[in-house]
Amino acid sequence: MNVIDTAIPLPPGLLRMVFTALVVIAFVFLNALILGYLERKLAGRFQLRPGPMEVGPHGILQLAADAVKLLGKQFIIPRAANSPLFRLAPLLAFVPVGASFIVIPLSRKLQVRDLDVGLIFIVAIMALNVVAALMAGWVSNNKYSLFGAVRSVAQSVAYEIPMLLSLVAVVLLTHSFNMQAIVLSQNHIWHAVQQPVAFLIYFVAGMAETHRAPFDLPEAESELTAGFHTEFSGIRFSFFFLAEYTNMFFVGSIAVVLFLGGWHGPPLPFMDYSAAVWFLLKVYILLLVMIWVRWTFPRVRFDQLLNFCWKYLTPIALVNLLVTAVVVKL
Amino acid sequence: MMNSTSSNPQRQSFFLNMGPQHPSTHGVLRVLLEMDGEYVRNAEPVLGYGHRQQEKLGESLNWKGFMPYSARLDYVGALPCTHGFIGVIERMTGIEAPPRAEYIRVITSELNRIASHLLWLGAFLLDLGAFTPIMYTFDDREQILDILEDITGSRLTYCYFRVGGVSRDIDAGFVEKTRAFIDRLRGRFKLYDDLVSNNIIFIKRVQNIVRFTPDLAMRYGVTGPLLRSTGICYDIRKKEPYSAYPEFDFEIPVGETGDCLESYRVRLREMEQSLRIIEQALDRLPEGPALAKTPRQLKLPLGDASFSVETARGELTYYLVSDGSEVPYRLKIRTPSFSNLSPLPELCRNVLLSDLVMVLGTLDLVIPEIDR
Repeated sequence: MNVIDTAIPLPPGLLRMVFTALVVIAFVFLNALILGYLERKLAGRFQLRPGPMEVGPHGILQLAADAVKLLGKQFIIPRAANSPLFRLAPLLAFVPVGASFIVIPLSRKLQVRDLDVGLIFIVAIMALNVVAALMAGWVSNNKYSLFGAVRSVAQSVAYEIPMLLSLVAVVLLTHSFNMQAIVLSQNHIWHAVQQPVAFLIYFVAGMAETHRAPFDLPEAESELTAGFHTEFSGIRFSFFFLAEYTNMFFVGSIAVVLFLGGWHGPPLPFMDYSAAVWFLLKVYILLLVMIWVRWTFPRVRFDQLLNFCWKYLTPIALVNLLVTAVVVKL
Repeated sequence: MMNSTSSNPQRQSFFLNMGPQHPSTHGVLRVLLEMDGEYVRNAEPVLGYGHRQQEKLGESLNWKGFMPYSARLDYVGALPCTHGFIGVIERMTGIEAPPRAEYIRVITSELNRIASHLLWLGAFLLDLGAFTPIMYTFDDREQILDILEDITGSRLTYCYFRVGGVSRDIDAGFVEKTRAFIDRLRGRFKLYDDLVSNNIIFIKRVQNIVRFTPDLAMRYGVTGPLLRSTGICYDIRKKEPYSAYPEFDFEIPVGETGDCLESYRVRLREMEQSLRIIEQALDRLPEGPALAKTPRQLKLPLGDASFSVETARGELTYYLVSDGSEVPYRLKIRTPSFSNLSPLPELCRNVLLSDLVMVLGTLDLVIPEIDR
C-alpha cells in the first residue's frame, strides 16, 4: 500500500480508504467462498459422502453458484415485521465485521492500520454482532426468531467474559494491546505454550461467540428452525452467512496473533510473503478444527451452555489471570 | 382446547405453534406449546394433518385391495405392518403359511425393524444437533433396503407378504448378503458406542430429563421400546407369539429407569437381538414352498378376529369384523405411535424447549401411523 501512496498523485488518504474497502470486501467474499467450500467438503468427508461435486471440478464453483442463486431470490419481508429495521439488520451484521480487518497483521508490513489499541478495537467490533442478531430476531416478529435473538444475547454476553479474561492474561505478558507488538513478543516462544489454559478457554469461548456447533443455540435448527434469521431470504440471508464466516476468520486470527505466534514462521522458499502465508495457514488450520468439532458433537442445551460458562470457564479464566499477574509481577 | 396452567399469574405465558411444518416434528405433527420463556408449561399435540382415512379405505376395498395400503401406515418399518394385516386375514380364513414362508417373514420383518431403529437413531441424534451420525446409520440402512429390494421389489412400502406365504422365495444371494450385513452391523455397533453412547454431551442431554414410569406408560397404553425401558417386559413376539417367533432363542431387552437414555439403550440392544433372530432363521431355514395354494376368490367368513404384531414402535393390532363378503365390514387399526405420543403433555411439563424436541425424538413417531 505504501507503493500506491507515493506513485499516484491523488489524496493518499482517500485512495488508501477506497483501496482498503475494496480489499476488505474482496476478502470477505473470498473467505466465505473458501470456508464455505471447505466446510461442505469436510462435512462430506466426515459423513461418508463426497460433498459438492457437480459445479466445476470437485464442486469448487458450488459456492459461487449458490451466491448467484441467492442474489436472484426474492427478498420477502413478513407483513408483521418492522420493515426498515428488518432491512437494516443484515447490514448491521455484515458491515462491522469488515472493520475488524483493519487491525489484522497479516505480516510485519501487511496491515491496514497498526492501532495501539488494536486488540480492544477488534474485540469491540466483534461484540457488535450481537446487536445485529438481537435486531434481526426482534423485528422479524416471529417467536422462533425472538428465541434465537434472546439466546444469542445471553450466550454472547456470557462468553465474552471468559474470552476477554483469557485475552487479558496474554496482554499482561506483552504489556501491549498493539497487535504487532503482541506478535513480536512471541519471537522465541508462542503464548499458547506459556498460556495453554487461556488458549483453550479463548478457543471454546470463540466458538460460542461465533455460534458454531456445539454452541449454535441461536440458530439451533432442530428447535428454532433457523433462529434469528428464520425470516430472512435471498441476499440478506447471505449477509448473515458472510458475517458468520468472516467472524470465524477473525476469531481464528485473534487466536493466531495472541497465542500462535502470528505471522512468525520459517521463511518459505520462492515466496515473497511467507509471513502472510504462515499467518493464513495457522488461521485456517484453527478454523478446520472448528469445522471438525461442529460435525462431530451434538448440541448442548441452553442452561448447560450458560452453566459451563459461569461455573467453569469464567472461574478458571479468573484464576489463570490471577496466577499470570502474580508470576509477571515476580 | 388448552387449559391455562400458569402457576404464577404475574408471569405471562404465550403460545407457540410447533409444526405442522417444523424440522423436528418428523412430519406433519403440530404441537401447541404454552411457553414461559424457554420453559414449556404445556404441550398439546394436535393431530389430523396426515389423515388419509385408512380405516375407511379398509371398509371400502376388498381385503386384497387394502393389502398395499397396510404398508403405508408405517413407512419406516412397513413389513411388520403388512404382517399384521395378512395375519388377521389368515386367522379369519384359517389359511396357514408354510414354515419356510413364516421364516422368511421373520427374517424380513426383523431386517425391517433394524432399518427402522437405524433411521430412528440417526434422526434422534439429528434432533440433538449432531449432524453426522444420520449419514452413518443411513449407510447401514441402505444395505438393508438393497437386500429387501432384491426380493420384494420395493424399498420402502413393501407389499411382499401374501395370504398363505410370501410373493417371492428367497435365494442363495439373499442369504449371503444378509449374513454379510449381520457381520457388518455387529462391527458398527462398536462405532456407535464409541461415538455416541459415551459422548458426554449426549449423556447430559438425554439422561434423567423426563422419565417414563411404569404407571404412566400403562395408563396411556405406551408399548414398544418406550414401555420396555421402564422395566416392563412386554413384547408381542413373546407374549402372544405369532409366525415363527416361538422357534427362536432371543431376549427382550428391558431397561430400568425409563428415561430417554434407557430407551436409547433398549433400542440398540434390540437391534442386536434382531440380528440373533435373523442368524438363527437363516441357519435353520426349512425347505419347501414359500406360498401355499389359496383359492382365487377368498370370502371372509362371518365373524371377527384380531391380530397383533410387534413393530419397531410397539404393538400394532388389526381388528377385523366381517359380514361374510370380501370387503371387511369394519377394520380397526391400533397403532403404537398414537399411544406413545399421548403422554406427551404429562411428560413435558416445565421442561426446556430443547428437551421437548429431544422427547419427541425419543418417541420415534411416524406421523402417518398416528393419523392413519
